[in-house]
Amino acid sequence: MTTPGRSAEQPFLEIKDLGVAFPTEDGLVQAVEGVSLSIERGRTLAIVGESGSGKSVTAQAIMGLIDRKIATVTGEIWLDGQELIGLPADDLQALRGAQVAMIFQDPMSSLHPFYRVGDQITEAIKAHRSIGAKAARAIALEMLRRVGIPAAERRIDDYPHQLSGGMRQRVMIAMALINAPELLIADEPTTALDVTVQAQILELITSLQGEFGITVIMITHDLGIVADVADDVAVMYGGRIVEVAPTGVLYAQPEMPYTLGLLSSIPRVDRELSARLEPIPGNPPSPIHLPLGCVFQPRCTYSDRVAGGACLSVRPDLLATAAGHLVRCHLPAEERRQISQGVLNVLAGGS
Amino acid sequence: MTTETGEILRVSDLRTYFPVRSHGLIRRVIGQVKAVDGVSFWVGSGETLGLVGESGSGKTTVARSVLMLVRPTSGQIVIDGQEITQLSPKALMPMRRKAQMIFQDPYNALNPRHTVGGIIGAPYRIQGIQPPGGVRAAVQALMERVGLNPEHYNRYPNEFSGGQRQRIGIARAVALRPKLIVCDEPVSALDVSIQAQIINLLRDLQQEFGLSYLFVAHDLAVVRQISHRVAVMYLGHLMEMAPRETIYAAPLHPYTHSLLSAVPIPDPKLQKGRSRIMLEGDLPSPINPPSGCVFRTRCFQAQERCSVEVPPLIELAPGHHVACHFPVATLPAGVGTARATLETQPGVPVRRPQPASGQVSSAQLDRLPADGRPDSTRLRPQVRVGRSR
Amino acid sequence: MAAYVVRRVILMVALLFVLTAAVFALFTLLPGDPARLTCGKACSPQIIEANRHRLGYDQPILTQYEEFVSGLFVGRTYSPDSPQPIVCNAPCLGYSFTRHEQVLTLIAAAAPTTFWLAIGAFILWITTGISLGIFAALHHGRWPDRLVMGISLVGYSLPSFFIGLVLIFFVILKLSWLPFPSYVSPFENPFQFLQTMILPWIVLAVLNTAFYMRLTRNQVLETLNEDYVRTARAKGLPERTVVVKHALRAGMTPLVTAAGLDLAALLGGAIITESIFSLPGLGALAVSSVVEADLPLITGITLVTSTIVIVANLVVDLLYAAIDPRVRLA
Repeated sequence: MTTPGRSAEQPFLEIKDLGVAFPTEDGLVQAVEGVSLSIERGRTLAIVGESGSGKSVTAQAIMGLIDRKIATVTGEIWLDGQELIGLPADDLQALRGAQVAMIFQDPMSSLHPFYRVGDQITEAIKAHRSIGAKAARAIALEMLRRVGIPAAERRIDDYPHQLSGGMRQRVMIAMALINAPELLIADEPTTALDVTVQAQILELITSLQGEFGITVIMITHDLGIVADVADDVAVMYGGRIVEVAPTGVLYAQPEMPYTLGLLSSIPRVDRELSARLEPIPGNPPSPIHLPLGCVFQPRCTYSDRVAGGACLSVRPDLLATAAGHLVRCHLPAEERRQISQGVLNVLAGGS
Repeated sequence: MTTETGEILRVSDLRTYFPVRSHGLIRRVIGQVKAVDGVSFWVGSGETLGLVGESGSGKTTVARSVLMLVRPTSGQIVIDGQEITQLSPKALMPMRRKAQMIFQDPYNALNPRHTVGGIIGAPYRIQGIQPPGGVRAAVQALMERVGLNPEHYNRYPNEFSGGQRQRIGIARAVALRPKLIVCDEPVSALDVSIQAQIINLLRDLQQEFGLSYLFVAHDLAVVRQISHRVAVMYLGHLMEMAPRETIYAAPLHPYTHSLLSAVPIPDPKLQKGRSRIMLEGDLPSPINPPSGCVFRTRCFQAQERCSVEVPPLIELAPGHHVACHFPVATLPAGVGTARATLETQPGVPVRRPQPASGQVSSAQLDRLPADGRPDSTRLRPQVRVGRSR
Repeated sequence: MAAYVVRRVILMVALLFVLTAAVFALFTLLPGDPARLTCGKACSPQIIEANRHRLGYDQPILTQYEEFVSGLFVGRTYSPDSPQPIVCNAPCLGYSFTRHEQVLTLIAAAAPTTFWLAIGAFILWITTGISLGIFAALHHGRWPDRLVMGISLVGYSLPSFFIGLVLIFFVILKLSWLPFPSYVSPFENPFQFLQTMILPWIVLAVLNTAFYMRLTRNQVLETLNEDYVRTARAKGLPERTVVVKHALRAGMTPLVTAAGLDLAALLGGAIITESIFSLPGLGALAVSSVVEADLPLITGITLVTSTIVIVANLVVDLLYAAIDPRVRLA
């Protein structure tokens, strides 16, 4: 994370005030608003959120996958010194699959059912380099081996439905990394997979990251995965970033009540079992009808502690509470920390 | 009213096979998908048995077979003292009052053309029961109990969120005060912040109505929250069954160890220092499962005997059943992948080292006892047996 | 795959047998006397009886059917012991008394016209329909889409004879851009062939273009939302590749079905269009055979057109398997 007063070197990826709006029958839906992030080269940023939080839309905006004829995209995205939102479509297309790559949640539906796996990978190669079919196939084969697909020489001619879920995701990873991208965006890559396969895939991504020096954005709702692979975490809710911190800090001193609520409500395999989980009351907001004021306020247990009812009427800003730690909340920092410590102590101590 | 043994459900040697037909001129049956291959367990009155497994383990087929939604190939299922596998669909109707199901996908489990009131009230009509005060009053009381607004009686499912739809399904399931509810992954499709609400609701209902649950799920953390006992399945077989804390704190089966080590803990200090057992490869085909122990192809300590003899499910400690020739309480040194510890200096790009290979070397295998049987001291783990809620 | 093809062919042959039985039963068991139909108005009962015997209508039904089926394979001779046997070569589809000609010969003469009509129109409507459909899908919701869909609705609603007559009136009569249609084989006089066929092609194409445009548009819209299309874009493929190679290809199956069956139906004769443009095809032949109550000819044409449809069904199913590898030919 960039700390205030850093050296002049630009972060590898910098998002400034990103906004994405979709027109619907009920009016303009602001799926993402005011998102600002930055990542250093080689690090892993996790973006955590539930459905409707805007995390996937943010990822797609970085990739340039948002249809500009339909949606309105505002703000700036700087990748290694190049601004992406203003980039013409052709240049953006040259970037996708080459400098920036993405893997998706469901590998079964994300691979074309009619084409062989090897052909889909060579297609990705040929889109960005002029290279013969044989050479492309050799590269694809090598990559399939690298991602751990056994008997790759046979598998390369299989169709997606002939492979298991874990293998399909490996193929997706091979396809994404085939042109040695500098940035990899992984949108819930293991949600559709078994937990043992998930472990394999996360391990694969991590080791390839180390080998190729890739910067990774991991989008997930699973706080266990975040703890496992992320260097820094951004929590999103209602289309906004509500907390950003290095991983250790987020888990040790979360300050946004939503983050606190998430940590209190997830069941765990390690801790002393508490009698009841402490769920966050209510439902995630629909992007069409966002609450006025703080978007989390209807579900926040602490909103009444804020003087003057600011939570109901004023949108809080994302402000630094410590080096590298940003929070979007009206509660005074001191009070937030007290609440946070109190809740975490209860969780750690058990019932 | 329960049986003398206090069991609501007892399943004995359940097998459910699905035929595989050839693609030739004549569609002969050339094989069987052995989705469930000899599973036995029981669920006591008022308790929850968590059935965990990954995809292909057969847990969903067990859930469906128990309620005869899928016809078992062989085996016995006794619900509240009555054996049901030989009953005709009509004769099964009275059983359906006692045993109900909650489904996984809240978006597909409810008929979009029926009102919520109609959905929850359907059990009364189907079983021909008139609750005191009428169906509508009973339904509205149920809606309130599960956390829905009774005034939404006439709304349609698409007007509700995923969590609310799941509540509708739960209300329908408990309408007739069954004794057993089979929950097939009831929270997997829900947002994290909603899962906890539903889990709490299920627990509360269990206490209030004295329900028993067969809770099928793949998420070990969720299962731990709601189960009294846990059974672990792999490729149609039960690998281990024990009281909850025993499974999580002191498992004996290599597969259980692997599963637990794969679940990421939401605590970076703990998670990044953990060693993890990486299971190589993929699930074998259920049409052609490995001989002997079905887990042996991925087990970090498989030996000769494992390919020859199917390990029976033996009670190694009170209430703790394991199907393994070489159960292991603590992992031998060297098994598992050491996770690299991370220097997290803000602002510094990080390069991760390559992780060590997860395969067990022959040298490490030599460190296990020569005859393959673990010494007896390792069979008495420190466990707290018994029901803890 | 081979096992599947063999199994389907066997089924198809079985189906054809059932078909012949059905056709045969239909026309033999019709009320009315088939022998009576053989010689029109100037007919004495003796001639009718003689014809009845010559055609074998006086035999038991099962024997008639037997002879009919065996005739399909090895040919048949009507009244072999009479002084004037009529030889009907294999495959014998019957003998038309009114025209004194083997049915097969008549059909074979008319078939090429229908073939060219069908193929030409097919190519025209497939290319126009699919490209316009893609165009509409890509501009979906905006005015080009609405315009194209509106035009298609008009084309859809107008009956073919109306379009045909309008075109004849304006293009041939009023503007004299084309001469009156007069069919020749394309190998004989390609220029006249084209002049003759262009309007019938347009008539048939107008109807079907509308349908295929709609179908393509809907399929492409649906597949454009699929995850694998998103992946294709994420790989950095040019948009045209994404639309054609990924989206269109995935949505092709209903198009293939419709195209196959429509073409098959058309190969059986476009009755109205052929009549309007005086094209001597199977459609015109079918019409005149009904008007003349020429039972053997009607039977023969029915058999031929049904066979074409059955074979087309098999071809379409095989194409499915070729397009979609998930279709495990079950």
